[in-house]
Amino acid sequence: MNISLLSVVGYLVAIAALVGLNAVILVWLERKVAGHMQFRLGPMEVGPHGILQTLADGIKLVSKQLVIPDEADKPLFLLAPIVSLVPIFAAMVPLPFSETVQAWELNIGLLLIIALGLLNTLGILLAGWGSNNKYALLGGARAVAQILAYKIPLLICVMTIIMMTGSFSLRDIAIAQKDTWNVLYQPILFIVYIITVTLETNRSPFDFSEAESELVAGFHTEYSGMGFSLFFLAEYSYMFIAAGLATVLFLGGWHGPWLPGVAWTLIKIYSIIFLMMWFRWTFPRVRIDQMLSFGWKILLPLSLINFIITAGVLAL
Amino acid sequence: MMECCYIKEVVKGFFSLCTGMRVTMGNVFTRPATVQWPRESAPLPDRFRGHIMMLADDATGYPKCIACTSCARNCPSQCIIVTGKKPEGAKKKMADRFELDFTKCSLCGLCVEICPVGALDFSRDYALASYTRNDFTTMDLLQELGSPF
Repeated sequence: MNISLLSVVGYLVAIAALVGLNAVILVWLERKVAGHMQFRLGPMEVGPHGILQTLADGIKLVSKQLVIPDEADKPLFLLAPIVSLVPIFAAMVPLPFSETVQAWELNIGLLLIIALGLLNTLGILLAGWGSNNKYALLGGARAVAQILAYKIPLLICVMTIIMMTGSFSLRDIAIAQKDTWNVLYQPILFIVYIITVTLETNRSPFDFSEAESELVAGFHTEYSGMGFSLFFLAEYSYMFIAAGLATVLFLGGWHGPWLPGVAWTLIKIYSIIFLMMWFRWTFPRVRIDQMLSFGWKILLPLSLINFIITAGVLAL
Repeated sequence: MMECCYIKEVVKGFFSLCTGMRVTMGNVFTRPATVQWPRESAPLPDRFRGHIMMLADDATGYPKCIACTSCARNCPSQCIIVTGKKPEGAKKKMADRFELDFTKCSLCGLCVEICPVGALDFSRDYALASYTRNDFTTMDLLQELGSPF
């Protein structure tokens, strides 16, 4: 295992570019999807079909003052967006885009991504606590309260796939699906996975920690300028990672006819992201108790039964 | 029994979610309702009421108004000022001043209805904007028409 400094820098730059470009495209796409689902057009003014709208918004956000509330816990307040964003750079590392395009092949890549995904919640909690704002604190507390309800079904989903493949390496999991994608074996598990990652990325209908009609803006109520945009960047990057994981776990990674592997991976990732946007602009936010009972009473038994049946079938 | 209801609920809930998603996807493929003003505008209804305007006589191009002041007298907001005189050699009076105070006008249309010669009508001009209210307190309706004076 020899890693040169140059390649590390190269990967970092590539991942940073990916994170930035992804957020720029996704924010625009989100607004377009929202518009068209509500008989509107979405952004149309900046660039053709508003494609440069996010850049204009980004410049505005960068030029804004970062206001820190008087009674806020200043170090935590400033640390929270960074804690939320930085794990993404590590979580992108084991994600394979094709047979050869992968920052670093890790034999426990799956575990790394799942573990780093939790740091997002830490960032939200820090933001909620550091802001010294009741709404922000409630948002942070909600983010922590919902972890157990979705993490366990999510982990059982992932365990089932690991059991089928016998490897924690994302690359091996993708290679194992060369002929048949896992989604054909495990359609219910795929649905459970998509629901749990919607929960994990704090997206509507499960966006409890920012619930704008209840909590103003939740954990990022007090953030302005770049603080806010870092959270935004983090949200869209986590969506990318969650969709990337779904691609590798269920949709056969880079496998597909005609097109090169990277193209297939990106098509699959953005299809899943579109699905998550579709959820957001279709379903109203559920109550937190509804979500908890959904997590414990439906997602958990469903994934457990699936796990046991899969284990049984594999043992035969 | 309980288990049966539970599974039924889950399946029913799943399909109701699918229905919702079908609706929003249908919306995506429907024409958006947005009209991109000012590059395009929605069609005006036939009976649209803009501010009143003076009609011109087809033959002469002069205003049709005979300065009878029925409109000014009937206006509930008293926002019309009409004066008239006879042009040289003519038998009938014609308006030489017709001013509308659009800041007071309620677009009731009594003036349009009462006019004995049908000289008034609603315009279809709705994009009105100005930096000063004086542009609307004395709108000269004769401005764009020919004048015998």
